[in-house]
Amino acid sequence: MKRPRIGVFKFTSCDGCQLSLLNLEDELLDFVGLFQVAYFREATDRPLRGHLDIALVEGSVSTERQRSHVVAVRERTRYLVTVGACATSGGLQALRNWADIDDYKNAVYPSPAIIETLPCSTPISDHVYVDYELWGCPVSSDELSETLGSFLLDKRPGIPGYSLCMECKRKGIPCLLIARSAPCLGPVTRAGCGVLCPSLERPCYGCFGPKEGANIDSLLNVFRKSGLSHHDCALLLDKMNTSAYRKARTREGPP
Amino acid sequence: MKKLKKEHLRILFGGLTESHRVIGPKIEGGVVVLAEIAVHDIPAGFEDRQMAGSYRLVTGERPEIFSFSAGPDSFKRFLHPPVSEMFAFKSSRTAIAITAPDCQGKPLAFIGVRACDIAALKLYDKVFLGGAEKDQCYESRRKDSLVIALDCSYPGDNCFCHAMGTGPSVMDGFDIALVELDASFLLEAGTIAGQRLLDVLSLEEVTEGDMKERSSRTERCLGMMKKSIRTEDLPGLIYRSLDHPRWMDIAERDLECGNCTQVCPTCFCHSHYDFVRLAGISPRAREVSGTRVRKWDSCFSRNFARVHGGNFRPSRRARYRQWMSHKLAYTFEQFGLPGCVGCGRCITWCPAGIDITREVEALRDVR
Repeated sequence: MKRPRIGVFKFTSCDGCQLSLLNLEDELLDFVGLFQVAYFREATDRPLRGHLDIALVEGSVSTERQRSHVVAVRERTRYLVTVGACATSGGLQALRNWADIDDYKNAVYPSPAIIETLPCSTPISDHVYVDYELWGCPVSSDELSETLGSFLLDKRPGIPGYSLCMECKRKGIPCLLIARSAPCLGPVTRAGCGVLCPSLERPCYGCFGPKEGANIDSLLNVFRKSGLSHHDCALLLDKMNTSAYRKARTREGPP
Repeated sequence: MKKLKKEHLRILFGGLTESHRVIGPKIEGGVVVLAEIAVHDIPAGFEDRQMAGSYRLVTGERPEIFSFSAGPDSFKRFLHPPVSEMFAFKSSRTAIAITAPDCQGKPLAFIGVRACDIAALKLYDKVFLGGAEKDQCYESRRKDSLVIALDCSYPGDNCFCHAMGTGPSVMDGFDIALVELDASFLLEAGTIAGQRLLDVLSLEEVTEGDMKERSSRTERCLGMMKKSIRTEDLPGLIYRSLDHPRWMDIAERDLECGNCTQVCPTCFCHSHYDFVRLAGISPRAREVSGTRVRKWDSCFSRNFARVHGGNFRPSRRARYRQWMSHKLAYTFEQFGLPGCVGCGRCITWCPAGIDITREVEALRDVR
C-alpha cells in the first residue's frame, strides 16, 4: 500500500484554515511521512496531477470558475473533507447572500464592472457530495490531526457535534450567560474551539457554527428577555457562519 | 458531637492540607466554584441570588462563613473528572499493549459537602462501584477521600432537597459533619478517619443552647426553601405521562445544550474516544499508539446513544423526556435511589430557565 495522496484546495477564503494545518508544527514531519502531499499551494508549488485519496477543501464557492473547479476536485478525489466555516457554511462572505451584490460591488470597487462574482457565497456541499465537514473559523488544528489520523486508521473521528457548553462546563468555566447575562452563543454552537472566548471571559460568537439540532429561537428569546433587540440578535448570528445559523433557524424537523 | 470555635477552622484545615488536597468553595468569575483551596478562599459573607437561568453573587449581611449555597460544581468534577485517560495503548499486527494510568494522587478532602450532594455521592458509589466491574480510578480516588459535610444554613433559591428527602441536614455518609452556629461549629465524626482529625483539635462540649440553635437554624433553612416537588408516586406519574403534551412544550424551549446534565451531581454518562496523534501512527499503520479518553457526555448530545442506523431518541422532546424520566423514575429501578437530589443546579444553570419542579407540576395536570 502506498502513502495516501492528499490535496489541499482553496476557494474563497482567507487561507487561515490551511495555516491551521501548517500550524501542526510538531506533527508536520509525521504528516508528510504518512501522506504524499500531491497538491498544497500554501506549502509547495507542485502542480496537481492524478487522483487523490483525500482532499481538504477550504473556502466557499463564489465565482462561476470555482463552480466547475470544485466539481473537478470532487471527480478526482475519494474522500472530500471541507475545512472551516467558508467551505462548510459559506463563510463571512455569505453576508452578501442577504443583500444586493451590485450594491456591494459599487460600494467597494472603483471599477465594479471588472468584478466577476456570483450573487451568493455557498458551501462546498451545495455543489458536490462532501464526505466529512470540519467547522470553525479557523478550523482547529487538533481536529484536523484527528481527522487525518482517523482516515488512516479507518475510524470515525472523535469530533463532537454537541454544544460548546459541554466543553465549557468540563473546563469549569463560570457561565457568562447565567452569571452575567452575556449574549453567548455557546448553547447553540458546536464545540471544538477549546472554549477560546469564554476562557477569556468573552461570550461565544459562533465560529464553529450551529450544533446539531440547535434551538436558536429559544436562545434568542432568552437574549431578548435580557434586553437585546431583534436587530441585535440577528447581528449575533450574521457572522462567519451566517448561512448555517439562518438555515438552522428555519429547518423543519421534530422539536 | 463536639464544638469548635470558628477561628479554629483553620486548624482543621491545617491538619487536612498535610495529607490531602482540600477541595472547597471559592469565587471564580463571579461564581462559587469548587477548587483546591486554603481556608481564606472560602467566600465568607457572600450570598448568591439564583433564579431559573440566572446566578448572581452579592456581598451580603450574613454573619456565617458558609453564607452561600451550592454553585455549579460538585464532587463529581474530582471523583469522575470531566476528561480522564483510561489507558494508553500500543498495537502492532500481532499484539496490543495496554498501560493503565496512575490515578493515585494526593487524596482528596471535600469540605462543605451538602446533604444533597451526599445523596448524589451514594448514587455515584452504586454506579461506579456497585456492579460486577468496579471503576478502578473512581475506587482509588473515593477510598482515600474525606467528606467533610455541612448542614445548610441557607438554601439556594432553586433548592428543593426537603421534597426529595435528602436535606438540608446531613444524616450520614460523612467523615466529619459540620453545623455552623453563630460563634462555633458543631462537629461530629462519622468514621475513624474523621475521628482522628477531631482528636487533635481543642474541642468543647456541646450545650443544650447549641442544640436549640441548631434546630432553629434547620427550621429557618426549611422555611426559606422556595421550591418543592410533590413526590407521591413520582415514577408512576412519569410512566403515565410518556405521551403528555407538556413534553412538546418543553421541547420548544429546550436548547439541548446539555448544561443541566453537566452540573447535575448524579448525571454520570460519559463517552470514550480513542485518540491517536499522527506521531502515533507508523507508516502503513503497522503500529498504532494512542490513548483512550473518557469525557463527560450527555443524553442531550445527538451522538450519545447513537447506534448503527441512528439514535433511538431523534427529537428534543424524546431526549428531555429521557433525562427527566431517568432522574425521577428509572434510577429507582436501576439503583434503588432517586436520581434527583433536589439541589436545583439544573434550574439555575439552564440558559432557557427550564425548571424541573414546574415541569413535574405540569405533568400532574391531567390533559
